Amino acid sequence: MIEIKNVSLRLGDTQILEDVSLTMPKGGLTALVGPNGAGKSSLLSLIARLQPLQSGSISVDGLAVDTTPSRRLAKTLAILRQDPAVASRLKVRELVGFGRFPHQRGRIDDNDLRLIEAALQQFGLTDLADRFLDHLSGGQRQRAMVAMAFCQGTDYMLLDEPLNNLDMMFARQLMRDLRAAADKDRRTVIVVLHDINHAAVYADRIVAMKDGRIVADGPPAEVLQPDVLAKVFGYEMDVIEVGGAPLVLHHR
Amino acid sequence: MPAAVPNARLVVATGLVGLFALSLCIGVDDMSLDRIGTNAGALQLLLVSRLPRTVAVVLTGAGLAIAGLVLQILVRNRFVEPITTGTGQSAALGVLAVTLLFPTASIGAKTLAASATALAGTSIFLAIAHKLPPTQPFLIPLFGLVYGGVIGAAVTFIAWQTDLLQYVDVWTNGEFSGVLRGRYELLWILAAMVALAWWVADRLTIASMGREVSVGLGLDYQRIVQLGLVMVAVISSLAVVVVGMIPFVGLVVPNLVSRLMGDNLKSALPWVAVTGATLLLACDIIGRVIRYPYEIPVGTVLGVVGSGLFLWILFGRTQRA
Repeated sequence: MIEIKNVSLRLGDTQILEDVSLTMPKGGLTALVGPNGAGKSSLLSLIARLQPLQSGSISVDGLAVDTTPSRRLAKTLAILRQDPAVASRLKVRELVGFGRFPHQRGRIDDNDLRLIEAALQQFGLTDLADRFLDHLSGGQRQRAMVAMAFCQGTDYMLLDEPLNNLDMMFARQLMRDLRAAADKDRRTVIVVLHDINHAAVYADRIVAMKDGRIVADGPPAEVLQPDVLAKVFGYEMDVIEVGGAPLVLHHR
Repeated sequence: MPAAVPNARLVVATGLVGLFALSLCIGVDDMSLDRIGTNAGALQLLLVSRLPRTVAVVLTGAGLAIAGLVLQILVRNRFVEPITTGTGQSAALGVLAVTLLFPTASIGAKTLAASATALAGTSIFLAIAHKLPPTQPFLIPLFGLVYGGVIGAAVTFIAWQTDLLQYVDVWTNGEFSGVLRGRYELLWILAAMVALAWWVADRLTIASMGREVSVGLGLDYQRIVQLGLVMVAVISSLAVVVVGMIPFVGLVVPNLVSRLMGDNLKSALPWVAVTGATLLLACDIIGRVIRYPYEIPVGTVLGVVGSGLFLWILFGRTQRA
């Protein structure tokens, strides 16, 4: 369970988050949605202790993120930031292998090798495994970063706009993989999404943020209503139903 | 490309062994294997001068290349090395201060003082470099040049006021002709630094991916940065105190190895050290034979060879992009 209590964040003169409280039970896929600058990425990086907590408290599986040793948290929680901009010339297999670092501190055993190959396979990277990252396209690089986060094998996975740079096929594939991770491996997945229709189909729960506050929270059918969406994104849009899931016509 | 890597390794490894032997044989006095057996003076020359000099060059080359590599990881910029970012100049400031205040200080004490000032100077550089906008990658090397230039100017001014300019010349122009038995042994600490860097190679690789990836993987990023700063400061100040500043090794070698082998330091880091040693030894030998029997300082030779290599790296980059 992730427990966020009364978290506020202020950077300079800007109030990024204002008194956010949120509980996410173990298991399932939660999508964070909202306009640019709503505070989604900041909330994610606070949960993942990438930024110091200013006020309030956050705990993951009962571990307070500001006091638990980083090494311990790395076995419970993996984070993929938006545009990680890894400039190191690593081969794809090497990069994915570093996902095992929290468990092995550098000594890779047979089990790790198996997990690394499985992650490469899952994200269609087997043929690219011995290529350097700087020889890949943006989408391929993004897949390699996601594979590394998967390979970390943590119960909780936080992903900040993982669909960036992915083509339609791999975007759909990634959402299915995240869904499978939640269903089959009982992992807890929290993902910042811009494509609200991916959230509509794959998420168990949608948390909508605006101006540093949570403005809507519930299952997709509840949150993806015209009036709620207008409040979050600032303009009217139609919502129709296709195959039992809401489809937001946000582009018209 | 993959076939080029084993070839490059072979060339570098055999080059180092060959140059090591060659370095023992080059000098004003004739030194061939048959004379060492029969002539006590030749053996003496080998043990007192030629061998210490050659070992010193190898240790310094390996150390400087590792210092450059570590600094590039800490700064997250491939166009810096300790001499272009104020580390070398800060070390010189430290030696100068000790020489002024305690003229009888031992070489060990001087190195300690130089390490302390180099650590402070590099920490300040790093703190400021991290505040520069990452969208302007060339600001960091430029800032480093200015920063190093300011500290260097302070060193020159103080030395000029106190009539110590000749000493400063010795610290800033690296060369190995003065290396004799008993005057280089501190450089073995460089070997320890290289070993230390290799021991933390995985952590350095992760650090090279940035703070956020490092924290996400449970690495204590702050601690690896501190450790890296100490390594850079100690290596640079040892080099300054014992042989003087030597340019380009720390800049060019990590880039060369990265291009050929990538940045997974568990496998690449030993080759950074070996390549650094080979490059410096080659330049030292060139400096010794080009105007035989006189010598050209190795720093001057590296200025020419290193800038050539650097241009090659730069243009190689744009071709691939």
